[in-house]
Amino acid sequence: MVGELVPILVLLAVAVVIVAGIIGLTHLFGPKHPDPVKLSPYESGMEPVGEARTRFSIRFYIIAMLFVLFDIEVVFFYPWAVVFKKLLSMGSFILIEMLVFVGLLLVGYLYAWKKGALEWD
Amino acid sequence: MEQAGYAFVDILIVLAKVIVVIGINLLMVMILTLGERRIAGFIQDRYGPNRVGPQGMLQPVADGVKFFFKEEVIPSKAEKVIYVLAPALVLGPALLTFAVIPFGGPLSVVGKEIQLQIAELNVGILYIFALLSLSVYGLVLGGWASNSKYPLMGGLRSAAQMVSYEISMGLAVIGIIMITGSLRLSDVVMHQNELLFGFLPHWNIFLQPLGFIIFIVAAYAETNRVPFDLPEAEPELVGGYHTEYSSMKFASFMMGEYIALITSSALMTTLYFGGWDFPYVDESSLGIWGVLLSIIAFAVKTGFFLFLYLWVRWTLPRFRYDQLMGLGWKVMIPLALFNIIITGVVMSLL
Repeated sequence: MVGELVPILVLLAVAVVIVAGIIGLTHLFGPKHPDPVKLSPYESGMEPVGEARTRFSIRFYIIAMLFVLFDIEVVFFYPWAVVFKKLLSMGSFILIEMLVFVGLLLVGYLYAWKKGALEWD
Repeated sequence: MEQAGYAFVDILIVLAKVIVVIGINLLMVMILTLGERRIAGFIQDRYGPNRVGPQGMLQPVADGVKFFFKEEVIPSKAEKVIYVLAPALVLGPALLTFAVIPFGGPLSVVGKEIQLQIAELNVGILYIFALLSLSVYGLVLGGWASNSKYPLMGGLRSAAQMVSYEISMGLAVIGIIMITGSLRLSDVVMHQNELLFGFLPHWNIFLQPLGFIIFIVAAYAETNRVPFDLPEAEPELVGGYHTEYSSMKFASFMMGEYIALITSSALMTTLYFGGWDFPYVDESSLGIWGVLLSIIAFAVKTGFFLFLYLWVRWTLPRFRYDQLMGLGWKVMIPLALFNIIITGVVMSLL
């Protein structure tokens, strides 16, 4: 198992060299003529108004929370899916087990939908 | 590969594979940047870039050189460290993702079997999903660190969009894992290397048509491509998360994006279209020619999906943000769950 990961480490080393090289070289080669207007935030040529980090829609937080919940449920599916074929030969218990799990997931999903968490306005 | 201890030869083989794969990836990025503009020209009935070299072939080289010598602007209000790190966080994981995709049949040279795949992980599919979710960090940090309004909005949008479609992508692949019974991508390919009903190639597209549709839609959203390119919607957000970036740092975002295109096309090929399998031919009986044939089959299939990306980009209009989120949460997730149930029920009936 550890042996299988050695190629990944080699690839990681090469990738780090490439990325660092690209960003380092452009830092070396590029001309630098900074002036205050050029370095100000871009707002379509107008003077920047107020702070950039303004308030944004609460929807983004809800999506983030729902993602954490649902993604963990997706992760629970994976071990089940790997052994599904093998255990299916021993009866359909594994299928019923999954249907119950999907049922529970659907209850939570419909609750979120009914509460309007999936609406974007 | 299973024995403990690495011989010098093994390390050399690994290094050769890594260099070839990264080289081909970077070459494909160059071809894609040119191809995108040439195909845009073709579709819109105009020339694309055709002045640098024959048929504009050297345009990507000219672009690359120009990017290196462009002024490096770091906005005075930006968080410097994260601002510089963000493009690396997009390009780095993108370069790593290709590692587990088998791009050809096993090659045997002087009694040594070489897998044409950088790393044969038994958690291949999970590895890909792990790296796919990493790339969202680069976008959202780049947008935040610029400390400017458009990049921040672009970063937030891309984060919300990518996490939403990641769920349906993960659910769509479960159908494949159920059929194959393994997370190893070489097992997924070997499983498709037969015939279905004696005349169809045993490709997962015929067993998982709904799964494939969900997967390809989610892949387009994950790579921020039209019709889901809202994070960088030019008319409303200027350029999205990379508005404040210049020089090779901007190009790193672009390269990461194009490498993600290549990886997801290769993934569609591997998961749903038989990987390196050339239908109706037993590659293992043809020796070195079989290996060559398998590599060509893989390249042609991946190339087709890459072309599809470009074709769709210049054909479809963009979604509205509420439509995008509605599709992701209200259509894709129920469909993906339905696909799992159908797969399970059919498999238990057969």
